[in-house]
Amino acid sequence: MAVGLALTLVGSGCKHAPVGVTHIPRRPQTGGPGELPPENPLGNPGEGRGLIDKNIGGPGSPGIPENPAGSHDGWKQDASALAEHTVHFAYDSSVVRSSDQGNLAAVADYLKSNTAAAVEVDGHCDERGTDEYNRSLGERRALAVREALVALGVDAGRVDTKSYGRDKPIDLGHSEAAHAKNRRGEFIVLTPP
Amino acid sequence: MKKMSELKNTLALITLGLLATGSSAHAQIDINFYTSPGNTPPIWVSLSGLTGEAAEVVRFDLYVQGFNFTNADNAQYLISGSDNGNLTGRVVDNIQKSTKVSKSYSGASLRRQAHKFVDDFLEAIGRKGIGSSKIALKVGSGGSSEIAVADFDGHDASNVTRDGSIVSAPCWVPGKFALDYGSYKLGNPAIFMHDLATGARKTVAYYGGSSMSPAVSPDGRKVAMILSKDGWMDLYVANADGTNLKRLTKTKEDESSPCWSPDGQWICFAGKIKERRTLCKIPAAGGAVQAISVGGLPSPSEPDWSPDGKWIAFTVQRGDFEICVVSADGKGATELVAGEDPSWGPNSRTLIFANRAGGGHLSLLDVPTKQVKDVARVSSGVNSQPSWAR
Repeated sequence: MAVGLALTLVGSGCKHAPVGVTHIPRRPQTGGPGELPPENPLGNPGEGRGLIDKNIGGPGSPGIPENPAGSHDGWKQDASALAEHTVHFAYDSSVVRSSDQGNLAAVADYLKSNTAAAVEVDGHCDERGTDEYNRSLGERRALAVREALVALGVDAGRVDTKSYGRDKPIDLGHSEAAHAKNRRGEFIVLTPP
Repeated sequence: MKKMSELKNTLALITLGLLATGSSAHAQIDINFYTSPGNTPPIWVSLSGLTGEAAEVVRFDLYVQGFNFTNADNAQYLISGSDNGNLTGRVVDNIQKSTKVSKSYSGASLRRQAHKFVDDFLEAIGRKGIGSSKIALKVGSGGSSEIAVADFDGHDASNVTRDGSIVSAPCWVPGKFALDYGSYKLGNPAIFMHDLATGARKTVAYYGGSSMSPAVSPDGRKVAMILSKDGWMDLYVANADGTNLKRLTKTKEDESSPCWSPDGQWICFAGKIKERRTLCKIPAAGGAVQAISVGGLPSPSEPDWSPDGKWIAFTVQRGDFEICVVSADGKGATELVAGEDPSWGPNSRTLIFANRAGGGHLSLLDVPTKQVKDVARVSSGVNSQPSWAR
């Protein structure tokens, strides 16, 4: 899978070096007498417990500047075309999961086939965070997806990001299952007016 | 009698403290000070003669500023009055046997008169009242929310926006009857400045990506905000009108909810250092990010720096949300009550905050005594993200 991705990256002329699989080690003990290891009271299952994540954007990539505000003003919005490729995130995390590679590839393919289209990535959070923290986290998620799409050869000018924080849950429940559905990045297809 | 002896013990301790520092035993006792948030006993007062709404306002205002009610024998201050149409009010110091306030009020409303009476009492004992102060808040949730302003107790509310869009994080512009807030009205989440007197508003930040969490500096000249325009979520500062934008952080982590120190020298925000969520501060002119210790409390966010510079209030999350305070130099972090997103009142001791219980309402907390009162609901939607004008 990693080799295939590396070939794709080379083939598309992407400037980012191919990224190998990154193994996340167990959270290390900090040193010093009397110092406690970092707390993780909410037990983020997405980190440090054997989950292997690949940051497709590359750990060293600088931020890719956003398109100017209003670049796609007046464009038609279609939330259904790529609805089945919504990506999801671990609690309190903006790391794009390797299990979502297929979804990202599908979005990249769609944009290759629909050359006039652009896409808006909407970042969302579950309710278990304060409002502005979640607003920032949601944008961080959308940015991570944008980086991943760029790594797949999509032109950054065709990807916008937007965060809704916890304002727009897709599941109004309060269970773990509901939270998991709400921690997501959605793709809104934009086509010229 | 129990309360009076408790009171006398407190006064004795304070007097001893003053003696220890070389002050005269006859020096005015500073009943403002507290070193241990949440553990300070209230000041006991008695209330007589006032009825209905006047009594209600007086009780509310006193309770959320650290007073509580007992009978005349055990009270430090005797508060009395009448409210036949207009308010007359009197406060007697039951220890010194002196009259602190003796006034009659007219004009405006009975509520306003009652607020002023409590303010006059507080001023007479060397404290700053909050009776005429205002809050801004977000009303509504999900895909539709608006900004409103109201008295600090939730009464006399007015709508500020009617956009049918999403709003976020209102904050007052110091020295002006104006607010900054986030709005999705233009598509990309942007930051507006809104003159409340004229209704005129302009964009302070309208960039690609998402712009959020405005915080205007205490001198009203600068605004801090979180922008993603350069591809990462970072802290920026600009002139209050949005010009002269300067990027202060450059990290892949998602900084959030900046606030200013009252001397304008520091910006405090929620960030991450070595992959651990923490409160941070950075020089407002730019420089290195430092951690502010919160004593290991988990997932701190939404900080607010008290007007007197001494305390930072913030939210932690351990299952539910908790209002906490820490001294500005990172000592004595204390959990106080359930709630989130605190904002300091102009007295640097009362906080307004949000509570998701009961359909989302606001509450007031007196930090020294931990006394809490719910604020009247504004309009009919979720009330959240309060900002208290200073």
